[in-house]
Amino acid sequence: MLRKLIFTTAMCFVSLSLAHAETFVFTAIPDEDASRLRERFDKVAVYLSKQLAVDVRYVPVKSYSAAVSAFRNNQVQLAWFGGLSGVRARSLVEGSQAIAQGWEDQSFVTYFIAHVSAGVKASKSFPKSIAGKTFTFGSKGSTSGRLMPEFYIRENLKAAPNKVFSRVGFSGDHSRTIALVQSGAYQIGAVNFSVWDNEMKAGHIDKAKVSIIWKTPTYPDYQWTIRGDVAKKWGAGFTGKVTKALLGMKDPDLLASFPRKSFIPASNSDYDPIRRTGLAIGILD
Amino acid sequence: MQFSPPVRASLGFVGLALICLFFADIEVTTIDPWREMGRLGLGILTPDFSAVERLGDALLQTVAFAILGVAAGGILGFSLATIYHLPLVRPFCAFIRSIHEIFWALIFLQGFGLTPLTGVLAIAIPYAGIFAKVYSEILEEADAGAIAALPAGTSHLSSFFYVRLPDVRAHLKTYSFYRLECALRSSAVLGFVGLPTLGFHLETAFKQGQYSEVSALLIVFYILIATIRFWVRPKYFWLYVIAAPLAFKTSVAIDWSNVTRFFAHDIVPMPLRRAETIDFAAISATGDWLWRIMTEQAFPGIISTLVLTQIALVATGVLTLFFFPLVSQRFFGIFGRNLGHVFLVVVRSTPEYILAYILLQLWGPSMFPAVVALSLHNGAIIGHLIGRHTDELPQRADAPHGLNLYAFEVLPRVYGQFLAFLFYRWEVILRETAILGILGVATLGFYVDSAFEDIRFDVALVLILTTAMLNICVDIISRNIRARLRLTTTPDAG
Repeated sequence: MLRKLIFTTAMCFVSLSLAHAETFVFTAIPDEDASRLRERFDKVAVYLSKQLAVDVRYVPVKSYSAAVSAFRNNQVQLAWFGGLSGVRARSLVEGSQAIAQGWEDQSFVTYFIAHVSAGVKASKSFPKSIAGKTFTFGSKGSTSGRLMPEFYIRENLKAAPNKVFSRVGFSGDHSRTIALVQSGAYQIGAVNFSVWDNEMKAGHIDKAKVSIIWKTPTYPDYQWTIRGDVAKKWGAGFTGKVTKALLGMKDPDLLASFPRKSFIPASNSDYDPIRRTGLAIGILD
Repeated sequence: MQFSPPVRASLGFVGLALICLFFADIEVTTIDPWREMGRLGLGILTPDFSAVERLGDALLQTVAFAILGVAAGGILGFSLATIYHLPLVRPFCAFIRSIHEIFWALIFLQGFGLTPLTGVLAIAIPYAGIFAKVYSEILEEADAGAIAALPAGTSHLSSFFYVRLPDVRAHLKTYSFYRLECALRSSAVLGFVGLPTLGFHLETAFKQGQYSEVSALLIVFYILIATIRFWVRPKYFWLYVIAAPLAFKTSVAIDWSNVTRFFAHDIVPMPLRRAETIDFAAISATGDWLWRIMTEQAFPGIISTLVLTQIALVATGVLTLFFFPLVSQRFFGIFGRNLGHVFLVVVRSTPEYILAYILLQLWGPSMFPAVVALSLHNGAIIGHLIGRHTDELPQRADAPHGLNLYAFEVLPRVYGQFLAFLFYRWEVILRETAILGILGVATLGFYVDSAFEDIRFDVALVLILTTAMLNICVDIISRNIRARLRLTTTPDAG
């Protein structure tokens, strides 16, 4: 027993000292099924550690705000943020930069989806007949699942969501939003188009039960954001190296897991429209 | 007709709950809950233990958080108990225990991040408040005769360690181990906000509908709790405390600048933080800011928290009346009683937060699943205590049977005890009700969670303080009612 205890203690110190070889840690907002995220970002970690020649590790978090807090507290140095969480994170961490976005993130779209029983037909203009029905957003901190849909609801129906709908919920993530509208728990939902397309391809969507009723105008969304102080630990030019590695991600399997066609350069000012929208609906101060 | 005071009090509470029911949102909002229930049922029957092997780490960490949390909370609580009579100590303890573990965790997450310290403190701090209260009650029960018999001039220290403490040692130990069981539940639930305990994986599995994995995780959790007395030897408890940190995988390094930033900057009300100087304009802007939070969030949150609490309290009472005969010798033979025990153990070992989570997934986000979860869990706890209590009642040779025995002999005898336990759990139910907001029911917890999601920690703090004040108020009312009805209870009900 005692010998075992000493052994574990020793092992513990060994692993602690290994961890001290400055692992570069990143996270991602939990926007869909956790096991899918884990699979995707563990692969990204392997890819990055090969490209950067340092230890790279992915830590999963349970909420958008936890991703922002971890980034702010320097517990992660890089993050795959949504538009809104990225704006928040960069305003909290001086010198942090958006370095890369997906090809699709330049013109992202939110789908409004409806259960068949709601009786709302697909339309080109905002479907005002959704007023009075039950509605679910995604996570409270999501760009495509909260910020943009709330903005268009307020703009078109001239009132806050909890005044417009008979019940408003926050499903937590996009996969749940689809599941909840498909089961009829909510009549209407707002979902990230990319997750919708992915779930459709995976055969998780029953077209007889749930369908798209409206598509929002486009806006900038997801991006990789890095802290401004990484050079201190990983050497000058580290930000450039990470950017290069992300932009050079060509493995079709890896890209398909996001799913993104490719990654392209991004800058903080690309996300000004998101910041303005956040200020407009009072979700940012 | 003239009713006795306990019956009048009960009728008052039932009436209040009926009024609340009128305002409550208790719809089942899913169109087809049965399909998902079917899948859950199938999953429960076909547990997939392959996941559990992988989750050995999570199990170890759940235990480690619980042990360290109870140890730290116990030491702190014991110290507080010895000075409990000093001014401000009692209100201080009431305050720290009125904030739920999850709220504490959300606070510490901001400064300490996902480090073990966050989890341990989130358990240790509220538990210190509970320990202080119960330990001081137990210490007061120490035999006054023995203390009176001491020679004059015996120092306080000697009388405490040689007379008072030995007298109540066994009782202290029993209670502390009961808290360890509670801490395991708390520890598991902390996973829902991201700490690496069982709850982390339970939440993932639930969200993705992998019910076989859910089932396996829950079974392991029940076994862990049911076998607690075999794997924790009181004698070796402190060895466990020393070994527990070995279970932690994540880094323990803490950046104190994050902690200072949280307290010196993040929780300062936004208008004050932005103001150049603290002048009249800044203070009046802060007043407006506070007023907006109170009217738009705190007040609606308080209303629905209270509505839900009062309904859940009465529902708990009703379920208890059904549950306690299941484990009573007066009503069932050994076989029936064992089945009853298994049922109550399973229901009360499942933290109400997890129970509510399950039911919300199935029935949609109204108050209905929350009421069912709270009353099942608390009903099972009180039912178990009352059931045990009935076995100690004197038995008459000519006692009636069945319903007559229940209604005319046993129930009248245990009714006082029943009310005492119920009022005791009132505060607990309120705490849980607030936290269910994180799952989407519009109680105070919903607004707290939203504030954390919006990274508005100043708002979150105002709302958490509001929740704490509400808890303290209910605690005082409950104590007054218990005193007026002359109800006494043992501290084991906490």
